[in-house]
Amino acid sequence: MSPPATRRRVLSGLTAALAAPALAGAPARIVVIGAGFGGIAAARALHAGGCDVTLVEPAERYVACPSSNAVVAGLRDMAGQVFGYEGVARAGIRIVRQRAARVEADARRVRLAEGTPLAYDRLILSPGVGLRFDAIPGYDEAAAERMPHAWKAGPQTERLARQLAALDDGGLVVMSVPDSPYRCPPGPYERASLIAHFLKTRKPRSKLIVLDAKDAFSKQPLFRAAWSTLYPDHLEWVPRSGGGRVHGVDAAGGEVRAEAGRLRAAVACIIPPQRAPEIAALSGLTDAGGWCPVDPVTFESRLMPHVHIIGDACAAGAMPKSAFSANAQAQVCAQGLLDRLAGRTPGSPKLINACYSLIAPGSGISIAGVFEVRDGALASIPAASGISPLEAGPELRAQEAAYGEAWYRGITAQTFG
Amino acid sequence: MRRLAVLPALLLPSLGLADERVPAGAASCLGCHGGGSTGFPSLDGLTAERIADAMAAFREGHRAGSVMNRIARGFSQEESRVIAEDLAARGSAR
Repeated sequence: MSPPATRRRVLSGLTAALAAPALAGAPARIVVIGAGFGGIAAARALHAGGCDVTLVEPAERYVACPSSNAVVAGLRDMAGQVFGYEGVARAGIRIVRQRAARVEADARRVRLAEGTPLAYDRLILSPGVGLRFDAIPGYDEAAAERMPHAWKAGPQTERLARQLAALDDGGLVVMSVPDSPYRCPPGPYERASLIAHFLKTRKPRSKLIVLDAKDAFSKQPLFRAAWSTLYPDHLEWVPRSGGGRVHGVDAAGGEVRAEAGRLRAAVACIIPPQRAPEIAALSGLTDAGGWCPVDPVTFESRLMPHVHIIGDACAAGAMPKSAFSANAQAQVCAQGLLDRLAGRTPGSPKLINACYSLIAPGSGISIAGVFEVRDGALASIPAASGISPLEAGPELRAQEAAYGEAWYRGITAQTFG
Repeated sequence: MRRLAVLPALLLPSLGLADERVPAGAASCLGCHGGGSTGFPSLDGLTAERIADAMAAFREGHRAGSVMNRIARGFSQEESRVIAEDLAARGSAR
């Protein structure tokens, strides 16, 4: 533990930087919307930096997406995905348990769902993704009850796990995967792997067909090699060029309509296209693609001053939408804000992403990357990006599965602990 | 009083030189190497030199590892040194 700085030193930095005279002598008021991996990391870093931080989050508990594919496949207990906010409150961060309805950027305030305004000097929006229930004909929120997306962890995760557990041996399982960008690029393929493992071991006469709106995906050579070795009879991947794009569902009838044809599914997991959540669009923070364009150094909105967007909702160039990325972006955004508050020019950041996926229980693969600012956007440093060796032996696969589990334990402890 | 452990630059404004600052984003290292029994190789008690040497071994392909052989190539020798000094200072402060 480092020695505490005096309040005077912190405040002198803040007041020197902030031109607004109303702030003289007071710490900067930061409002953070969304208490997930990004929002909490930003709140913690800014609170530690002497800011007055308010975290807005209506949910009582957080249900983590990372590792939730193992819950879907019956390999992991849901309890391990659920985290309270007691640790965040214990750290001294104020939590407002309400939904944020809208950002009123001109007035620099957030309108809470109950109408109360919340003023800020800087706003950090870390709201995750919104699922598009208008993108696939027939796939709305009601349809998702029958054909779970399970792309936001919680009841949907358990629903899909229950459907798979109840599947008759021989029944067809269908998954659909959207075009990029979406939350967790390798996630659908980890899910496909673990469902195939479940079928192979528990419902051996069943099969999974993955309908994909893309021809290429994250960690593809590693997943494809694993599938042909481990699941030749239980997993079939249909790329876009093979007619894999889904253009409609009939949830009541269990029908999934792809360009390649119609499938009658006993269990269907439809992962719909995504965009930044409603609050971002309502507040004028999104571009035509539905995501929030940001400055790559401070993550300040390109469309509204004093509003910063981190995590899945922002368009972060080459960075994937992952919990690891959200945490890295939170650190960079907070550091950039504190630099600006202290009158310094933020240095050019380097952001890391690392991600482990399971191809089977106890067998993992990884992708990693480092991202820097190039031509005003976050670009991947080619030498620093790549996947696990294709020819790796079982020892490395076992080690990477263990590292994936260790990362999850570590990041959730740091975020919520 | 609030903790400023994650913001050495704020504590040491005299550090001044931009290229001496830990690149924003290197705090991600602590996601896995933040101390305690995380399951990852621990950096606790390691000197800055040892950490920088490990980064160099990963960067130059002398050490296989998992993701570090890729991540290390994203940072120059000089950046690695500054990050290693920061990580070593945090490790010895625990």
